[in-house]
Amino acid sequence: MAFGFTYNEDQLALQRTVRKFVENEIVPVRAAYDESEEFPWPEVKKMFDLGLSCMNAPEKYNGMVFGNVGLCMVVEELCRGCLGIGITPLANMLASEPVLYGGTEEQWDYWYPDICEGGKLAAYAVTEPGAGSDVAGVRTTCKKDGDYYIINGTKIFITNGKHANKLTVLASHDTSKGNRGQSFFMVEAGTEGLSYGKSEHKMGMRCSETSEVIFDNVKVHKKYRIGEEGDGFKLAMKAFNSSRPFIASASTGVALGAFEYARDYAKERKAFGKTIGNHQAVAFMLADMAMDIEASQLLWQKAAWLLDENLMAADLSAMSKCYAADAANRVVTDAVQILGGYGFCRDYPVEKMMRDAKILQIFEGTSQIQRVIIGKSVLS
Amino acid sequence: MERTLKLTPEHEMLRTTFRKFVDNEIVPNYAQWEKDKIVPREVFKKMGDLGFLCPWAEEKYGGVSTGWAKGNPVPDIIPDMIMMEELGWRSVIGVFSHLHNFMTSPYIDTYGNDEQREKWLPGLVSGEKICAIAMTEPGTGSDLGAVRTKAVRDGDDYIINGSKTFISNGVLADVVIVVCRTGEGYKGLSLIVVERGTSGFERSKPIPKIGLHPQDTATLYFEDCRVPAANLLGQEGDGWGQLMSKLQPERLCGCQLSTAMAERAVQLAVQYSQERQIFGKSLGSFQNTQFVLAECATKAQICRTFTDTMIVNYMNGQDITQEVSMGKYWVCETAIEVASKCLQIFGGYGYCEEYEISRIYDDSRVFTILAGSTEVMKLIVSRGLGVK
Ligand SMILES: Cc1cc2nc3c(=O)[nH]c(=O)nc-3n(C[C@H](O)[C@H](O)[C@H](O)COP(=O)(O)OP(=O)(O)OC[C@H]3O[C@@H](n4cnc5c(N)ncnc54)[C@H](O)[C@@H]3O)c2cc1C
Ligand SMILES: Cc1cc2nc3c(=O)[nH]c(=O)nc-3n(C[C@H](O)[C@H](O)[C@H](O)COP(=O)(O)OP(=O)(O)OC[C@H]3O[C@@H](n4cnc5c(N)ncnc54)[C@H](O)[C@@H]3O)c2cc1C
Repeated sequence: MAFGFTYNEDQLALQRTVRKFVENEIVPVRAAYDESEEFPWPEVKKMFDLGLSCMNAPEKYNGMVFGNVGLCMVVEELCRGCLGIGITPLANMLASEPVLYGGTEEQWDYWYPDICEGGKLAAYAVTEPGAGSDVAGVRTTCKKDGDYYIINGTKIFITNGKHANKLTVLASHDTSKGNRGQSFFMVEAGTEGLSYGKSEHKMGMRCSETSEVIFDNVKVHKKYRIGEEGDGFKLAMKAFNSSRPFIASASTGVALGAFEYARDYAKERKAFGKTIGNHQAVAFMLADMAMDIEASQLLWQKAAWLLDENLMAADLSAMSKCYAADAANRVVTDAVQILGGYGFCRDYPVEKMMRDAKILQIFEGTSQIQRVIIGKSVLS
Repeated sequence: MERTLKLTPEHEMLRTTFRKFVDNEIVPNYAQWEKDKIVPREVFKKMGDLGFLCPWAEEKYGGVSTGWAKGNPVPDIIPDMIMMEELGWRSVIGVFSHLHNFMTSPYIDTYGNDEQREKWLPGLVSGEKICAIAMTEPGTGSDLGAVRTKAVRDGDDYIINGSKTFISNGVLADVVIVVCRTGEGYKGLSLIVVERGTSGFERSKPIPKIGLHPQDTATLYFEDCRVPAANLLGQEGDGWGQLMSKLQPERLCGCQLSTAMAERAVQLAVQYSQERQIFGKSLGSFQNTQFVLAECATKAQICRTFTDTMIVNYMNGQDITQEVSMGKYWVCETAIEVASKCLQIFGGYGYCEEYEISRIYDDSRVFTILAGSTEVMKLIVSRGLGVK
């Protein structure tokens, strides 16, 4: 069959499990975490107990074969409940990607057990104060010193940052070589010279940790370099290409959470003698939201399917992430509108969803950077 | 582009002194008030001392008589507009003095009798008393005609029962104008003043919200709350008409604040686009950045021109119902869009609270909801078009 949009029994069972978990464990606590900005350790532990700590790890480490479609389904369910809580396992996956694609078997043995079974976190440390969209502009240096590299520099906006046990760090051997002079390193928390600056106070995703990570003469053995010297940028791009469908499914999840809440509200709330869903303006808003969600879902499904078929396509990954993130922002804004004054207030969950959603257009490549990629691809 | 709104030297002077006040007294404390979810009363008192409250009030009440006082056919609302602009340009509109100045206290001036004006205006002008208006109820917002809070006449008193929600300045308010049902239908609505301390009148803590954090939005509860019948503004049943006429300037406020936020967002994003270097060049050198900023600046300019024109027309005594409904819908929606696009220019930094742009994003959101949602505005506009 050339086309098929049905999930198999295993995928559906997984979806049911995660959905129930989210309803019981995440939905009741999400508002409190948003308010306190506390890192959700207990929820993280529970997600890990379910086997969700690093869903893209090779089977031998996480004991489950997720496949990208199944994995995206899980991400969608998690983020339907709470992006701030759901982002932690997502950051683990992103951090692991350079290792997955560029690492040796020994490096996998070093990297994965802690994250998959040990309950530890990982972080992906690429962004710097002067280099966000422009990954080639990374200024953190790695200077060769015998069998070691000495890393110096500052990373910002690092998800899981100071809570992470292991980091993948992008550094430059020679900044004049731009994207050809970079390598990824695995660095362990506690290494001398590694410290943390401020944690960001953010508009949304507030319980997620976003740290500044400082490298002051951090000495790393060459066995922790991933791939050859100079492979860093390529690995970063590969990591983004394969993780963008995850963000697309996360965006779809956020949109779904808001849509479902607004839809149910529109069936209950009355104004001018009928339920507001019976006013055409509200019904049409809901119709637009449903279309946005369906389209986002189809895009991540195709992008994830391509990944599963080993047909990774940078442009489709970018399209899925960009469309779903932009769509999620439209959907959450309209959900607030449908709830009226209640939508603006914290007793109802949609205002948080609106604050959370904005990051989807910014991290893992802004919506503009996705368009740069798509634009290049369609013109090539 | 030159503004259609002409400012006199007195207006400019007010702008200068108010801007100083904002810079010295509001901006440095604002982050704390955001945490506290309320602005200290003393701020209102200081504003009163400096003449920033209800400038429209007659001199005998402490004002400078720029406004609607009886016999003044051409109110000068520019002082109020300037103050809103200044708050918006510094992204500190959570100090809701404009609600006190422009959306609530004027009811007392326009619809009150001499005793009522004498009783309440001096305190409102000096900042000793803070004013709020309570229309919305948990069960009804857009549909004001469905208000259920009841006022029953009992001798020389009214006894009020019901609750109101989302009331701006609700925690601080000393003088609350409550929309009550005294009869059936639209003709059965009346405005009755309830003062702080009246037994049977309670309020909630500030309601946490997406934005406008220092603005103490609250729920008010009235349980067998007894107020003198002398607190009725105008006649029983006048409420609907009174509201409809004062909702026009209230919506104008929405336009003015949203316009100022959009202008500020553009200004901040333009600045940032010149400072930030990406891929070895300035962020502003990418065509996408240039075009996004061009679009946002164009939209902010259209908001400005439209809003200024409405201000002028309103001061000329025109009925602006149709245009202010269009404005409230389009200007407020546009400000949200501009804030979002400008935040995007900031990348990851825009998502962090340290950057002012993130506050504009949060604060602008409510203006398509309060004072009549976008959908309700479109209803009014379409009816104005004769579309049935
Ligand atoms: C909460 C949060 C979590 C994060 N987590 C991580 C993490 O775990 N690891 C990590 O490494 N990073 C992380 N980031 C960083 C994130 O990936 C960057 O913020 C993002 O890549 C944008 O970079 P920037 O903030 O430097 O923006 P800039 O690159 O300065 O971009 C500013 C603006 O310029 C635009 N722009 C840039 N280039 C172009 C172009 N060529 N054409 C048109 N427009 C352009 C952008 O779209 C944006 O609108 C996180 C950020 C946040 C806020
Ligand atoms: C921060 C804040 C401050 C406020 N300050 C005050 C205040 O000081 N005093 C006061 O009285 N109120 C205040 N409000 C309340 C505000 O005016 C109401 O929230 C607003 O009127 C909408 O009412 P609602 O929230 O009940 O929404 P609803 O009326 O329940 O509307 C829900 C949704 O249905 C839509 N809808 C309703 N009717 C129709 C229709 N006929 N056709 C199509 N769509 C429709 C609405 O547009 C909205 O999207 C404030 C609200 C907030 C959030």
